[in-house]
Amino acid sequence: MKIHNTTGGRIFDAANYVFLSLLGIVTLLPFVYVFAGSFATEAEITSRAFFVWPEQFTLGAYEYIFSTPAFIRALVTTVLVTAVGTLVQLAFTVTMAYPLAKKTLRGRQVILSLVVFAMVFSGGMIPTFLLVKDLGLLNSYWALVLPAAINPFSLIIIKNFFQELPAELEESAKMDGATEIGILWRILLPLSKPVLATFALFYAVGIWNDFMSPLLYLSDNSKWTLQMYLRQVTAASDLLGTGNVDPNYIPPEQGIKFAVIVVATLPILIFYPFLQKHFAKGMLIGSVKG
Amino acid sequence: MAAPVIEARAGEQVRRGAPAPRNRGKFSVHFAHYKWLYLLLLPGVVYFAVFRYAPMYGVTIAFKDYVPFLGVNGSPWVGFQNFQDFFSNPDFPRLLGNTLILAFLNLGIAFPLTIILALLLNEVRLSVLKRTVQTLVYIPHFLSWTIVASLSFLMFALDIGPLFQFLNGVMGTHIDFLSDPAWFRPLIVLQEIWKNTGWGTIIFLAALATVDQDQYEAAIIDGAGRFRRVWHITLPGIRSTIIVMLILAIGQMLNTGFEQIYLMTNALNRDVADVFDTYVYFVGITQGAYSYSTAVGLFKSVVGIVLIFGTNWLAKRFNQSGLF
Repeated sequence: MKIHNTTGGRIFDAANYVFLSLLGIVTLLPFVYVFAGSFATEAEITSRAFFVWPEQFTLGAYEYIFSTPAFIRALVTTVLVTAVGTLVQLAFTVTMAYPLAKKTLRGRQVILSLVVFAMVFSGGMIPTFLLVKDLGLLNSYWALVLPAAINPFSLIIIKNFFQELPAELEESAKMDGATEIGILWRILLPLSKPVLATFALFYAVGIWNDFMSPLLYLSDNSKWTLQMYLRQVTAASDLLGTGNVDPNYIPPEQGIKFAVIVVATLPILIFYPFLQKHFAKGMLIGSVKG
Repeated sequence: MAAPVIEARAGEQVRRGAPAPRNRGKFSVHFAHYKWLYLLLLPGVVYFAVFRYAPMYGVTIAFKDYVPFLGVNGSPWVGFQNFQDFFSNPDFPRLLGNTLILAFLNLGIAFPLTIILALLLNEVRLSVLKRTVQTLVYIPHFLSWTIVASLSFLMFALDIGPLFQFLNGVMGTHIDFLSDPAWFRPLIVLQEIWKNTGWGTIIFLAALATVDQDQYEAAIIDGAGRFRRVWHITLPGIRSTIIVMLILAIGQMLNTGFEQIYLMTNALNRDVADVFDTYVYFVGITQGAYSYSTAVGLFKSVVGIVLIFGTNWLAKRFNQSGLF
């Protein structure tokens, strides 16, 4: 239907379009500035208030950080922890979701209720910290992975997805003598690829961005992840009342801060097209009540 | 919380011909039949027992004087001593005030802005523009709080940051926004708006898409202008979504976001910056007052649960659809 538009309506439309376009650009400006600044000289960063294109192009900041062992270590660590953590979360969630999708399984209701209760109430920061400590996981990378191995919300969503797959598929496989584990591996998982890919992205972004777990569980700064390293680099010249930063640390030059932010953000931006598509869908699954 | 609803719905669908023993049979027969499934269930059950339920048991240290050497079980009970200490501590009113002020600033500013942005996007008929703007404003949601804080440090850096220079230039001042306690809350709200307003529109845009288009035609025939249509049709059309999101936001009110606040806290703004979550960290982890900080955390989560159920009850009383 063509909506009849008045003059006032047209003025509103024009103003709205201009406003939203500006909003989109303004949202992006801090990052454009940091991206440009990472290729600029120290003098340019300190003398020019704002720019989106460096006058003098230099790779100095990147050359510096990529020849710093602490940075390389943080980057490699974070990539590995993200990869392993994503696999662990997927494995734990899928293996638990599959049996829970079987309505005839005894004990299922009890376990599901306990899972739901764990969504509402948690032990909180200190009891979890003490547990990780008692398990001897402090300063271990497993502390970044295991405490969050299963997200109850995604467990329920994956369980429901399995439940809605046609039962005939499993029955015919059972006739051919497949065990439940065989059915899960050869039939359900291939069918669930798109869903699992979405959750894999979800988990990977969460682990990559995680700051709280390394802050709580990794006090040894040779084990720090990229987010911790970024924190140290960008906050060093700030007034630190929060502890946890090496007092012998010499504040880095401006350009290095810019470059580290770019490296920490780049993977997110590369995956952003997939993220936007899948996360938007995922957000609507659990939230809008029918 | 959503699970029981999903359960009930899934229960309507009946599965045909699964050759499974009925629930009333002997458990050993049942177990033998399902041994592989129970085996698959094992890691998940162990996970929930160890990493979810053991810490819940660990909450008992809120009522004890926890000594690491004695462990959770061996430490002596002290009743409500830790809670009494907290409520009589001047930190308590300060934390409560800081947390509530930030929560209300977010509810009062960021929440309506999300709805307004969704309404503005909904009015766009040029789909290329709409999609482009959406793509741009969703990006910050995926960046970590560490990156958001780092960007803030650069933008507001003393003497050289672009926003430091711009805002001080406009106001004719020389304020260090990052350390001035008066600017802590505006910065936090600004970060929240930058990071999550765009993303928050998704829910409202989905709700806006379901508003009956016929009503608009009828309203146009009746001579209603753009704003009256929004006021009388669009907003009532997404009222239940707004209420549900408001309930969720109020239920989350005390969860001020540990990472964001922690990252923006420094020696000069501690007085206004401390909230329950960061206080638990500073007192518990860095000072080792485990029992006391667990009591603070427990107080916070109990109030949080009461808030969720309370607002849901209120929403139902006003004859709106609650969450559950």
